[in-house]
Amino acid sequence: MITLSHISKSFRVAKRDPGLSGAVRSLFHREYRTVEALRDLSFHIGEGELIGCIGPNGAGKSTAIKIMSGILVPDGGECTICGHVPWRDRKRYVQNLGVVFGQRTQLWWDVPIRDSFELLRDIYRVEQPKYEYNLKRCVEQLELGSLLDTPLRQLSLGQRMRCELAGSLLHSPRLLFLDEPTIGLDAVSKRAVRSFIREINVNEGVTVILTTHDTADLEALTERVLLLGKGQLLYDGALDGLRDEEDSSRTLTVRFPGMQEPVIPEGCVLKEWHEGTGVLKTDAAAVSAAIAKLSAVLPLTDVTVEGSPIDDVIARMYKRMGVRA
Amino acid sequence: MKAYFSIFRIRMQEALQYRAAAWAGVTTQFFWGFMLIMIYQAFYESSDRVMPMTFPQLCSYIWMQQAFLILVETWSGRDGELFEKITSGSVAYELCRPLELYQHWFARLLAGRLGGAILRCVPLLVVATILPYPYRLLFPKSIAQLLLFVVSLLVGAMLTVAVSLFTYILTFKTMNSNGVLSVFSALTTLFSGSLVALPFMPEGVQRFAMALPFRYMADLPFRIWNGSIQVLDGLWQLGIGALWLAALWMLGSFFMKRVLRTAIIQGG
Repeated sequence: MITLSHISKSFRVAKRDPGLSGAVRSLFHREYRTVEALRDLSFHIGEGELIGCIGPNGAGKSTAIKIMSGILVPDGGECTICGHVPWRDRKRYVQNLGVVFGQRTQLWWDVPIRDSFELLRDIYRVEQPKYEYNLKRCVEQLELGSLLDTPLRQLSLGQRMRCELAGSLLHSPRLLFLDEPTIGLDAVSKRAVRSFIREINVNEGVTVILTTHDTADLEALTERVLLLGKGQLLYDGALDGLRDEEDSSRTLTVRFPGMQEPVIPEGCVLKEWHEGTGVLKTDAAAVSAAIAKLSAVLPLTDVTVEGSPIDDVIARMYKRMGVRA
Repeated sequence: MKAYFSIFRIRMQEALQYRAAAWAGVTTQFFWGFMLIMIYQAFYESSDRVMPMTFPQLCSYIWMQQAFLILVETWSGRDGELFEKITSGSVAYELCRPLELYQHWFARLLAGRLGGAILRCVPLLVVATILPYPYRLLFPKSIAQLLLFVVSLLVGAMLTVAVSLFTYILTFKTMNSNGVLSVFSALTTLFSGSLVALPFMPEGVQRFAMALPFRYMADLPFRIWNGSIQVLDGLWQLGIGALWLAALWMLGSFFMKRVLRTAIIQGG
């Protein structure tokens, strides 16, 4: 459904020395430096997938989204989505596309939400029955009932994001790009947004690409993750795979009921010992042997195995790859 | 087509909400109109030369110009939100719509101006009508003259939008529009006849102004209203104005397409 091959894009940014003298000098002589936002980016996404796109600030996530939306023209490479080249037949292509840019709004500030929705209906030439069906579904699932007659300016950020999501789906797009859809939201709103995204992906078969800095979004939603850094694709695969690849250490938390001394299996290191509970560090490969050893000496009712928090894994990966976290 | 009409409607709806701004505008324009009339009166009384229009005609010209200022002035009726969209990058949303951005914004800007004008013109026209002679607003003498005025004012408003759209397009390149806008507005105001009615200008300047598109924004409709341009003549000139509109429209959409190909949509 989406194929990018060897996409590259660079921007020319005016360079200026700091301070007043720098500003004066730049009046007469401008120097530019080239920022390579994307370098040789290739991937393929199938219909109905839900993809998480991560990477530090400036990695090229938004640039990639904008190229796939037909807003930016790449310097080189090819991109085909739903049989279109996005920036070439932009007008026909975007009919298939819904977008939410988390830090911006597509709704009108001073008029009720319903009026903004009806404008979107007319812009995408959605037939009335289909529009009503889509609107009803969004109103129910995102609990928009009381918000429809309120102007955007009176809504909270969470309410607004729910409306933005609804607005991007009124024309039944096959493809949905979400650029940081949970930014700045509280826990309840994040949950509502996530479950809605999952629902339209699973039930409607909409292909979703979302960019985020919130790894909880990824854990809750995506099976496949694209990791970008310095404009290149660093990793493409499952979130768990990313963890395994980067960090094979595991933490075993074991309760030793009624024992004075912990049992430490081979290959494990004791990190903590407190009132009959021990925290052991080991490698993923040694986990099963360690558990077997432990189960031989005590009833195994209380053992938990954990990998490193995904945030730590990603931060470490950025560091190893030499990209700024 | 329906989409552009809906954009027009929603923007109009929004513009009609800004009542405080409209009242402020009405008050300013009322006093400004009076000031202009008094200055001209001093001229009329102190000069023996034959004036290009009668004093009552001039008063009508000024009142109409003040009442419909937001329709035909490039410095008034500016859409700050649109400039903000361009500089902040929110224009990304507009580009994700199955519409041509030029037409999209043309509809939006025209609606903003019309909405503002509807709010502003009524109180001003009412007051100007009940003023004592010779200061009061005179009405056209025939239906044909009135109709021609309405059409020419609409064409004038559309020309104003087409002209002002260049500043929005330029903002994609320069990011800060203030400098461009002030130079630009000064020129259009001068040559549209909004500062001094064109017939009062020196002959050379007049000829120059006649060769530019700006006079079809204000000078033509208001002079059709006050009768200093006759209906038949006005019809002919309206045709030229419409040609200018078509030319600027084509040029504007060409530049818009070009600028979008190279534009960098800012922000993450």
